[in-house]
Amino acid sequence: MPAVSKGDGMRGLAVFISDIRNCKSKEAEIKRINKELANIRSKFKGDKALDGYSKKKYVCKLLFIFLLGHDIDFGHMEAVNLLSSNKYTEKQIGYLFISVLVNSNSELIRLINNGIKNDLSSRNPTFMCLALHCIANVGSREMAEAFAGEIPRILVAGDTMDSVKQSAALCLLRLYKTSPDLVLMGEWTSRVVHLLNDQHMGVVTAAISLITCLSQKNPDEFKTCVSLAVSRLSRIVSSASTDLQDYTYYFVPAPWLSCKLLRLLQCYPPPEDGAVKGRLVECLETILNKAQEPPKSKKVQHSNAKNAILFEAIALIIHYDSEPNLLVRACNQLGQFLQHRETNLRYLALESMCTLASSEFSHEAVKTHIETVINALKTERDVSVRQRAADLLYAMCDRSNAKQIVAEMLSYLETADYSIREEMVLKVAILAEKYAVDYSWYVDTILNLIRIAGDYVSEEVWYRVIQIVINRDDVQGYAAKTVFEALQAPACHENMVKVGGYILGEFGNLIAGDPRSSPLVQFNLLHSKFHLCSVPTRALLLSAYIKFINLFPETKSTIQEVLRSDSQIRNSDVELQQRAVEYLKLSSIASTDVLATVLEEMPPFPERESSILAKLKKKKGPGAVSSTEQEDGKREGGELNGGGERGADSTIAASNASTPSPSADLLGLRSSGPVSAAPPSAGSLLVDVFSEAGPAAPAAAVNDDGFLSSAPPSVVSEDPAPPMPQSDELLHKFVCKSNGVLFENQLLQIGVKSEYRQNLGRMYLFYGNKTSVQFVSFSTSVTYTGELQSHIHELSLNVQTKPVEPLVEGGAQVQQVINIECLTDFSDAPLLNIKFRYGGALQNLTLKLPVTVNKFFQPTEMVSHDFFQRWKQLSQPQQEAQKIFKASHGMDKEVLKGKRIMENFVCAGVIQTKAQQVGCLLRLEPNAQAQMYRLTLRSSKDTVSKRLCDLLAEQF
Amino acid sequence: MMRFMLLFSRQGKLRLQKWYTATAERDKKKMVRELMQVVLARKPKMCSFLEWRDLKIVYKRYASLYFCCAVEEQDNELITLEVIHRFVELLDKYFGSVCELDIIFNFEKAYFILDEFLMGGEIQDTSKKSVLKAIEQADLLQEVCDVHLGLL
Repeated sequence: MPAVSKGDGMRGLAVFISDIRNCKSKEAEIKRINKELANIRSKFKGDKALDGYSKKKYVCKLLFIFLLGHDIDFGHMEAVNLLSSNKYTEKQIGYLFISVLVNSNSELIRLINNGIKNDLSSRNPTFMCLALHCIANVGSREMAEAFAGEIPRILVAGDTMDSVKQSAALCLLRLYKTSPDLVLMGEWTSRVVHLLNDQHMGVVTAAISLITCLSQKNPDEFKTCVSLAVSRLSRIVSSASTDLQDYTYYFVPAPWLSCKLLRLLQCYPPPEDGAVKGRLVECLETILNKAQEPPKSKKVQHSNAKNAILFEAIALIIHYDSEPNLLVRACNQLGQFLQHRETNLRYLALESMCTLASSEFSHEAVKTHIETVINALKTERDVSVRQRAADLLYAMCDRSNAKQIVAEMLSYLETADYSIREEMVLKVAILAEKYAVDYSWYVDTILNLIRIAGDYVSEEVWYRVIQIVINRDDVQGYAAKTVFEALQAPACHENMVKVGGYILGEFGNLIAGDPRSSPLVQFNLLHSKFHLCSVPTRALLLSAYIKFINLFPETKSTIQEVLRSDSQIRNSDVELQQRAVEYLKLSSIASTDVLATVLEEMPPFPERESSILAKLKKKKGPGAVSSTEQEDGKREGGELNGGGERGADSTIAASNASTPSPSADLLGLRSSGPVSAAPPSAGSLLVDVFSEAGPAAPAAAVNDDGFLSSAPPSVVSEDPAPPMPQSDELLHKFVCKSNGVLFENQLLQIGVKSEYRQNLGRMYLFYGNKTSVQFVSFSTSVTYTGELQSHIHELSLNVQTKPVEPLVEGGAQVQQVINIECLTDFSDAPLLNIKFRYGGALQNLTLKLPVTVNKFFQPTEMVSHDFFQRWKQLSQPQQEAQKIFKASHGMDKEVLKGKRIMENFVCAGVIQTKAQQVGCLLRLEPNAQAQMYRLTLRSSKDTVSKRLCDLLAEQF
Repeated sequence: MMRFMLLFSRQGKLRLQKWYTATAERDKKKMVRELMQVVLARKPKMCSFLEWRDLKIVYKRYASLYFCCAVEEQDNELITLEVIHRFVELLDKYFGSVCELDIIFNFEKAYFILDEFLMGGEIQDTSKKSVLKAIEQADLLQEVCDVHLGLL
């Protein structure tokens, strides 16, 4: 290629660019641009027809102005003229302009599509490529509609030039990504897969991106690609570095293609065919071996290309998670990189090890690198690398090294970058909770967190420590002593005052025996912090004071004096003033007994998913915390938090210290009586602990006036799409599950969280925009189908939705709350219709809301004798429903919890509806030999038996 | 898949931008501004990868120009780094010791070269020969510019 030579290049353009560059100020630049725009406009409007060259020059100038960041609203027509020209350079500029300045004017699009159509059928490969590029660049729905049918034909036709095939493959990929419904592979599938065998490496490189994307969406149809990919990979890996000529990059044979092949294989489980698998394992071993060989070149490009393949191979090994030998080798290799002089490699090694840590085969091997990782956390100069080190420490943490890791993370926190402190605090809090063997260590750790990084300790963290102290009576005395000591510091963080106030208010009596922490000393210590604190903390302290009056009658007069002082009882803050007045009155008029009842110690908190873990998940975005980790969190959390009924929520609200009136009610009277109005900040304090998991239904019933009203739901939908074919399957997924992903496509992900109590349910839907473009006119509605609709006056379900924001930003998530009341039993699920506009196109989808009658089940304890007696009582034929079916998940896992009698599983429960309670009995008889089940349901209502039987039969 | 590629100078002037997903102009400007700030603030020996929003950013500096790619979560960082390098090599071969000015004055050529190399955010061909052969079609070349700083 000659160095750039002058020819009849666009001199005018060069002059213009120089002019712009010589402008001394922004104003001068704008002036020059406006002058040029006026000039171009007059040329385009002039009577004299412009020749191709001038048109090209002016269109290029417009493009340049646009790329400088100015708006351009004309020139499209001239660009379309250019792309219809027969001169290559003119065509090229025309296409470039259209690609960069996409315009949705339909007349224009018709003209552009016309030009593209001509070029595609021109049989001139360079013209065809330009047209394909333009389609891929614009990628609009209109283009997909016009060309999605044609491009697969071009891609697989025998006489298509290689370069055109490459463009066609990637063009098709782009259309598939934007409009998957319009790209129908069907008959082309096998020919597309066989492009992996193409002689031309460029064609394979381009085609594999398409095949990978198609395989992710339709794994079964494309599974033949696995053996082809393995043999292609094997040929590349075993080739000498010179074999592949132009596709060898710095002595590495076809690194891009190798990476893509390894990525494609990650769409599938390990090959079942022994020979294929053997060949693949050989490839992976060769790649690992090559990493140990001396480099063939000192250039960084050589090592980057080689290591790119290595990391992709390790990703595949981790994906398979079945070859212990390879996993350990991968871990050792990454271990070497941890100390490599290239920052990039250290970063990637830390990142990759994070996933290795979650494999049971390599977890121990990862742990051996703990010292190196701790060192990285301390010494790396780049914050993004330190962040990775912190992530890895978190991932490799288990019971054996928790104390060390938590200590290191705490000490790092003192100097950590502000940007990662909050996340570090969450991680330390989670690890401390998850691996706490003795709770004094846990309490120490959290208090240290508050001491070191108080500003970054979010509410969830200190709520959680209080939750745990309340639930574990063996740690309460220690906690009281420790906070008391921590509060001695002359300057302590406000969060420390909050925790201290709360814990001393509850458990101060446990340390009051010691004269150094007598009641008055405790009170004076707390009160010495009072004036430095914000209003919510002061409110909390006032609640602690009234609790003190109950715990220590001797402090009554001192505290009453404080409450009576003008700075409290006449405080300008209405919340503080109200508390002071109410607490003062309460302490003077209530008898000791009443006081003791009202201010009783907090009951244990109900068991929930740790709110901190939920917060970390939210921070990291969905999917960032692996599902095993979530389960771990639940399991470990359960251990720690011991017991606690779900229903305890209501008691909390009732006996909450800050709800002064003992008659504070759960029946919706809260807003009527001024005395019983709970101070909002502290009153909701403890309920907030669970806000990540959502308040329980009864609490909701209090707060939400509309919840119990029986007004029929508003049905707002013009013409919602019919329910999607897979909606039944999606529904069945949720029969035994209350949280998860309800639906996902390329644009949207819908997550569900739900909880039920008696005949009430509350469901949280999370709509996540997976694209980077905002959804507009986003709306959802819930409607009924079939049976429910025909009995419109006898609704079975009362479903109330709260409206969602009409705008969903790219990457953002919006939440919607749905309240459900079960009036009578039902069979059909309500339909959820979602409508929004994505890039102008209306998306309309309808799903079944995962509400099934079994959600309103309440389990009943029953001895076997009672069970069979009732079973016999329900012996009328219409009370029974039975199904015999094949086990679809194998027999070892039992979904049902029940009492085991011989070979049978039985369960008893009550379906709670507003109209009536329906007792149900269930019997499951497995036949291991035939891998069949017989499921029998008996209940007092025939429709219930039938529906439950249908629902549960799908679950085995 | 690559979401976008940006070329900008040390002074924060955007020289080339290529977007592989439909993005509103307003968002593009915001993202460019934000990302330039993040990347320009980094020191020379720092790692070439960083997490930004839900994307991975891979960048490398050649002389006065930063080449910055945004790729998705599952993409390979190192190979993306070599995508950048191969693109620089292509520019260098085409312009003959390419410099920032070449890209300013011949921005349309830079776009053509990039289009031949990457399409829809994926690699179309990695062979230098194939890519440059495609570019040869356009034989009307632009004027030489005087300064060659040499990016390589």
